[in-house]
Amino acid sequence: MAAKKPFPLNAWYAAAWDVEIKRELFPRTVAGKHIVMYRKSDGSVAALEDACWHRLLPLSKGRLDGDEVVCGYHGIAYNSHGRCTFMPSQETINPGAAVRAFPVIERHRFVWVWTGDPALADPAKVPDLHWNKDPAWVGDGKTIHIKCDYRLVLDNLMDLTHETFVHASSIGSRAVAEAPFDVTHSDRTTTVSRWMHNIEPPPLWAAQLGKPGNVDRWQIIRFEVPCTIAIDVGVAPAGTGAPEGDRSQGVNGYVLNTITPETETTCHYHWSFVRNYRTSDQALTTELREGVHSVFHEDELILEAQQKAIEENPSHVFYNLNIDAGAMWVRRLIDKMVAVEEGQTTLRAAE
Amino acid sequence: MRGDLTWLDASIKSIRDVTPSVREFRIMPAGGPPGWTPGSHIQVNVVIDGRTDTRFYSLVGDYDPVCYRIAVKREQPSRGGSRYMWSLSPDARIKVTTPLNLFELEFGRPDYLLVAGGIGITPIYSMALTLARQNAPFRMLYAARSREEAAFLPELSAELENRLTFFAENEAERIDLATEIGRLRPGAQVYVCGPMGLLDALRHVWAATGHRPLDLRYETFANSGRYAPEPFWVRIAGRNVEVTVPENKSMLDSLTEAGIEVMFDCRRGECGLCSVDIVEIKGEIDHRDVFFSDHQKKMNNKMCACVSRVVGGGVTADVGYQSS
Repeated sequence: MAAKKPFPLNAWYAAAWDVEIKRELFPRTVAGKHIVMYRKSDGSVAALEDACWHRLLPLSKGRLDGDEVVCGYHGIAYNSHGRCTFMPSQETINPGAAVRAFPVIERHRFVWVWTGDPALADPAKVPDLHWNKDPAWVGDGKTIHIKCDYRLVLDNLMDLTHETFVHASSIGSRAVAEAPFDVTHSDRTTTVSRWMHNIEPPPLWAAQLGKPGNVDRWQIIRFEVPCTIAIDVGVAPAGTGAPEGDRSQGVNGYVLNTITPETETTCHYHWSFVRNYRTSDQALTTELREGVHSVFHEDELILEAQQKAIEENPSHVFYNLNIDAGAMWVRRLIDKMVAVEEGQTTLRAAE
Repeated sequence: MRGDLTWLDASIKSIRDVTPSVREFRIMPAGGPPGWTPGSHIQVNVVIDGRTDTRFYSLVGDYDPVCYRIAVKREQPSRGGSRYMWSLSPDARIKVTTPLNLFELEFGRPDYLLVAGGIGITPIYSMALTLARQNAPFRMLYAARSREEAAFLPELSAELENRLTFFAENEAERIDLATEIGRLRPGAQVYVCGPMGLLDALRHVWAATGHRPLDLRYETFANSGRYAPEPFWVRIAGRNVEVTVPENKSMLDSLTEAGIEVMFDCRRGECGLCSVDIVEIKGEIDHRDVFFSDHQKKMNNKMCACVSRVVGGGVTADVGYQSS
């Protein structure tokens, strides 16, 4: 049986942070597609296939001339739609000469590209990460390049039991591994909710709350196809009504994650942490960003080691536990997307 | 990318005459058809006078997970491809390629005009369906010899309703290109497929009205010229060789078979590699390529051997061979 393709192509993927795309050529591989991006003079972003039509030299080795990309080999030029605009030593341009242009949208501080059939690129399908650009929320994030199948990162985020063991010094506590959880799903999402009542807060949260005593702690993990996870996290003094909906005595944050597959075994993990308390405290923003970064570095080591082990045991099938329900819904939703597009006009002739 | 083109064994699933001179083939490639986008074509292996050749056919209609659909006009005179296709019976086994798209539809334009002339309807058909499904602003103009000769006209009329205007030549209906182009919103694109005369006329109006050449998108399989194909002779400058090019064979193939080597690549009048220098002409060159500019074609001192022809005599050509 042929292995299932690990990611769909008919999806918006966060290719980069908006600030990363400037008036220069920025290459990135997204879902196996080599793409070169740049900002046009009107401020919008163009994304082209990173291979010259003529002899395949990556266009990112060339230069930007106005809003056109000029190949660094023979000077063949392309506009932002990918149409060839110049061929050396001839008076006409071959009518079929073009490189692929990918649909692009800037939203939630990311540049999203659609890697599949452009006819299906629906802006309404950009995953919801609005907290990233919502004035009520502040924060910042980073991108980690991880040498693992992007789905291992999704697994990791869909079950936070691992905090107890991987992140014992910061956010981990025995309570996470002991509390029960609920799993719900829709056509495009899966949500895992976990409430821990009247527990001792882990060090990071105790510091954020700044109040003594036990807390009610929540982790509401929402996955949206194919690779975005927004986690609503926080603590409130125990018994002040947070589980019933009154979070006013507590502190609330969102861990916003979108894990873009690069190849089948590597990914660009874009994340940020935003909060709705002490919103004018820039030092706290930096502190939290660096703090989360070091927490995520602990995950990176685990995930890369896991990927290696998987490659060394190609025929091994994972065992699954009760805690994996969220991750298994994630994989089922991804597999469905892949199956749907394999039966559609979505795979391009060239693939 | 073109390197990914592979040949597949295929069988004909069904054959249907959509007009008296256009036949539709449903072709099942082994393993099912790979996905394709509007504007894609396949190549089909054809047999002409016992030798194999290839022909390009645009894929018609919507993607179908079971078979490709192509439509072939019986050309008279034929260079041989359509005669072969029309000789096929259901259940025939043929060879076809995976799809390739060199006429890709660009999305998100503020306006589109699709123009189809005769059998040029084939790539335009799937573009129209796709734009209609997206509720994109577009209109389509379709001209054919007569209503009866217009392939897929009933299907398209039902699907497109008043976005489609049809022109029957036998009822003296003509497309008014200048008016149609004048109606387009800024940033519009035109997609055209049809005879060379239609493309040339459209190109001139497009340029004269100050539009960007790149927004006029076209595909020709270089199978039409200003004249019907007829035999002509080619003498090779400096050598005592004369080759006759029959009406159903290209100048490139005729020269190659006679041992005169000419470089080539695309075989559809686009790349210019097969261009030969013309030293002397008797008659007229029927330039069928899109490589040379109008001005270069008027100079008549070069021609693309893969598609262009001569009527009323022949040419003396220099193929750049040096004996020492």
